[in-house]
Amino acid sequence: MRAHHDMGGLPAGPVEATEHDYLLWEKRVDALMMLLSDRKRQLLRVDQLRRGIEQLGSDAYDRMTYYERWIASITHNMLERGVFTSDELGRKMAEVETRLAAEREPRG
Amino acid sequence: MAHTHEHGRDHDHDHDHGAPHRHPPRADHDDRPVSYYQVMTTAVFELLIEKGVVTAAEVRSNIEAMDGRTPEQGARVVARAWSDPAFRGRLLADGTAACQELGIEMGPTRLVVVENTDQVHNLVVCTLCSCYPRMVLGRPPDWYKSRAYRSRAVREPRAVLAEFGTRLGDGVTVRVHDSTADMRYLVLPRRPAGTQGWSEEKLARLVTRDSMIGVAEASEAAAL
Repeated sequence: MRAHHDMGGLPAGPVEATEHDYLLWEKRVDALMMLLSDRKRQLLRVDQLRRGIEQLGSDAYDRMTYYERWIASITHNMLERGVFTSDELGRKMAEVETRLAAEREPRG
Repeated sequence: MAHTHEHGRDHDHDHDHGAPHRHPPRADHDDRPVSYYQVMTTAVFELLIEKGVVTAAEVRSNIEAMDGRTPEQGARVVARAWSDPAFRGRLLADGTAACQELGIEMGPTRLVVVENTDQVHNLVVCTLCSCYPRMVLGRPPDWYKSRAYRSRAVREPRAVLAEFGTRLGDGVTVRVHDSTADMRYLVLPRRPAGTQGWSEEKLARLVTRDSMIGVAEASEAAAL
């Protein structure tokens, strides 16, 4: 069966010539991928990144932006390899969220 | 494995798709709530630093290096190929090695350069994901990664080209190259007429990113 990422030749709408300047967090995802897959680290290969992306459900795949799919796959791969645990990730995400919320509080 | 799809005249579409729809860059997202995946990115970035897997400096210098890879690099390669027949031969024989001569490292990927002629027009896509000659051209534009482009480029390339304002003569064969993780394609566009005797620097200014992906031709000499 054809997987949802395998879209070559399927009908689709017009190509909207969209582009945007990449945001810092997107560049960071890109850099993490390049570093994790480099010769020094070898913690992630391109095909592993792709497997993580292709395993996202078709709804998630279509809903998520490009680098959202990448970070979801990178994170999944790092958890699988035991580079960090899901507990550590959960705690760190809560901490980051609290910190960012505080930074956004309007200053008197 | 890479696949090359040949498209003859029977795939030609002569209806008008109008000019390409250009959109301004997305505005800065600072006023938007931070998304779940942005939080995840920051968390993973900090965890990897705490674990000693990467350093903040490595991430920063990687971003800077990637920011420095722009289509101007590819334009230098094309302008050299237009000016120097021996280099053009080496570029078509082994894109990776020829780019190295100009100080452009392809990393673990192999670069295949495909040449446009009066008879053949080449178009590059990655139907399965977003493989792109990023070491030569930088990060890909959004549309290259879109469902519409990935789906249709291999089925109806002439219609897709028309949406970018590119119309080919009936006698021109369209070759579509489907990139892979290990093999990236770069189009060597046709040298525009009326550019005899131009310096490489001047020629390079006619070479657009889109002409090296194959959705457009190089700019005309009158553009400068």
